Amino acid sequence: MKEGRPRSFYVLAIFFAAYVLFLYGPMIAIYVLSFQGPQGGLTFPMNGVSTFWIAKLFKGTGIVDLGAAFRRSLLLGIIVMIVTVVLSVAAGMAFRRKFKAQSILFYSAIASLIVPSIITSLGISLEFRIIDDLIKAHWNENFETSMGLLTSGLGAHLTWTLPFGLLIMFAIFNRFDPRLEEAARDLGATPWQTFRHVVLPIILPSVIGIGLFGFTLSWDELARSSQAIGAVNTLPLDLQGLTTTVTNPDIYALGTVISAVSFTVITLALGTIHVLNKRQAAKGSDAGQGLV
Amino acid sequence: MDTSEDILQQASPGLIPGSGTARAAKPTRLSPSFISWLQAGPMMLVFLAFFLIPLVFVVIVSFWDYNEYQLLPAFSGRGYTDTFEGCIAQLPELCTIGRTYVMTLKLCFMVWAITLFIGFWVAYFLAFHVKSKTWQMGLSLLCTIPFWTSNVIRMIAWIPLLGRNGLVNSGLVKTGLINHPLEWLLFSEFSVVLALVHLFTFFMVVPIFNSMIRIDKSLIEAAYDAGATGFQTLVNVIIPLAKPGIVIGSIFVITIVMGDFITIGVMGGQQIAAAGKIIETRVNALQFPAAAANAVILLVITFLIITMMSRIVDIKKEL
Repeated sequence: MKEGRPRSFYVLAIFFAAYVLFLYGPMIAIYVLSFQGPQGGLTFPMNGVSTFWIAKLFKGTGIVDLGAAFRRSLLLGIIVMIVTVVLSVAAGMAFRRKFKAQSILFYSAIASLIVPSIITSLGISLEFRIIDDLIKAHWNENFETSMGLLTSGLGAHLTWTLPFGLLIMFAIFNRFDPRLEEAARDLGATPWQTFRHVVLPIILPSVIGIGLFGFTLSWDELARSSQAIGAVNTLPLDLQGLTTTVTNPDIYALGTVISAVSFTVITLALGTIHVLNKRQAAKGSDAGQGLV
Repeated sequence: MDTSEDILQQASPGLIPGSGTARAAKPTRLSPSFISWLQAGPMMLVFLAFFLIPLVFVVIVSFWDYNEYQLLPAFSGRGYTDTFEGCIAQLPELCTIGRTYVMTLKLCFMVWAITLFIGFWVAYFLAFHVKSKTWQMGLSLLCTIPFWTSNVIRMIAWIPLLGRNGLVNSGLVKTGLINHPLEWLLFSEFSVVLALVHLFTFFMVVPIFNSMIRIDKSLIEAAYDAGATGFQTLVNVIIPLAKPGIVIGSIFVITIVMGDFITIGVMGGQQIAAAGKIIETRVNALQFPAAAANAVILLVITFLIITMMSRIVDIKKEL
């Protein structure tokens, strides 16, 4: 049944290509523009090529203390990633059998995903303000605030990353063959051994995917951080602050550096997933190879 | 290290038949429901502490009183009355909050219609026209990667293209199509819609693709064999079967746009009023009860939209 491609294929292929260009074109434009010459402005044409603006960023002569914001965002991103992976895998395992409050957790995750971020952010900020007031009133008058990067900020980011983690776990276990675990159990493996030596190696590529979502969503998070992060800013918040004031390619240089981190993480994660998949394909099964 | 010998040794006392009894036969005394709690509990706690309780606080604080610099924990409807100020007096003219919501819904509808159109055809191409699994993976990844990069950067990326001296304007002037640069390209409704479509079409593509990939290809062949034209197959077979994905994608896009204040702020040059922006403005003015009241209104409207849409499809079944 060999047929040529229908005409709709070519129409849609062009449509798809246009969509991809639409996705990437503008981003590439600012990456290029961040290499403007020292005299360059915010738009094309390029006024020479240099790393002037990027170097300026690293020298810290820029507008805000970007080094500190960079470290804060990185720290928060890594913690969010770890917590997201651990909690999502654990909860994903729980969903494989029935338990009370199953649907409460499910609907909380979905609601957390779709309730507008500004509301969640406002709620967290109110919660911490009220906690602060209580502490000041009852325990310590000089108490400053319990809001911060690793309290309210971390919580705000988790309400955004955990639903993604959980949904990815659902997708994994939809495809998972439970007979593999039964086989492990029949061979006498404890539940932990079954998880550690059978389940985890099989789901590992997708677990790395959860980590990728956890880090990148936190690294770029803005709406939920806006009210809940406390006194300090993360990198995206600083970048957003710059959009209204800056008139030179500083802002593109910062954008390029932030994206460079994102792309490094994406490449590392996808590379690892690829290697793991290859290994699974090569060594995962000896079916059909006879007795060696 | 657990070697295979260990595992075999443990197995020797008695082979365990089914999975149900396996846990009971183990020396561990943890009951299955306790294990479930251990596994799901931490995530539940995070949602409780950082999502459910904060939502309750939003509702409570929306009924508190306030002055210039602090919250006053006493019952008051001021948050709401301030929000709806002049709404009755100005009739039939719309008051500020009314105009804001009309604007928000208008943006919402435009973004929804455009992302649905683009998302549907992109998903259709990936699901039905790309035959090789490798290509399907690769192209899906190509659509996903921007989602892992910063939204603000993807917004400011439009500035060198759409600005007064941007690529689009200078191109149009050079070709002689226009004499003066177009002012409405940037910091306008147009740029807000463009940026929202640019950022969030992904949320439409993924669920629709997910529904389409599950459609049994023999159904399409059957429609073809029964003499259906391509258009008939699309309308009578593919769209009904892709409906769950369409609804889920629509819910994502609509709720994101309803609550958005960053894209509308940055791309609208801080000039366009929207539901999310009112909340931000109120918070910046430290009028928390008014901010909370607006959040409750936004939540109710968003909830109504979702309820209406989920009448069409059972979300839980589709995930």
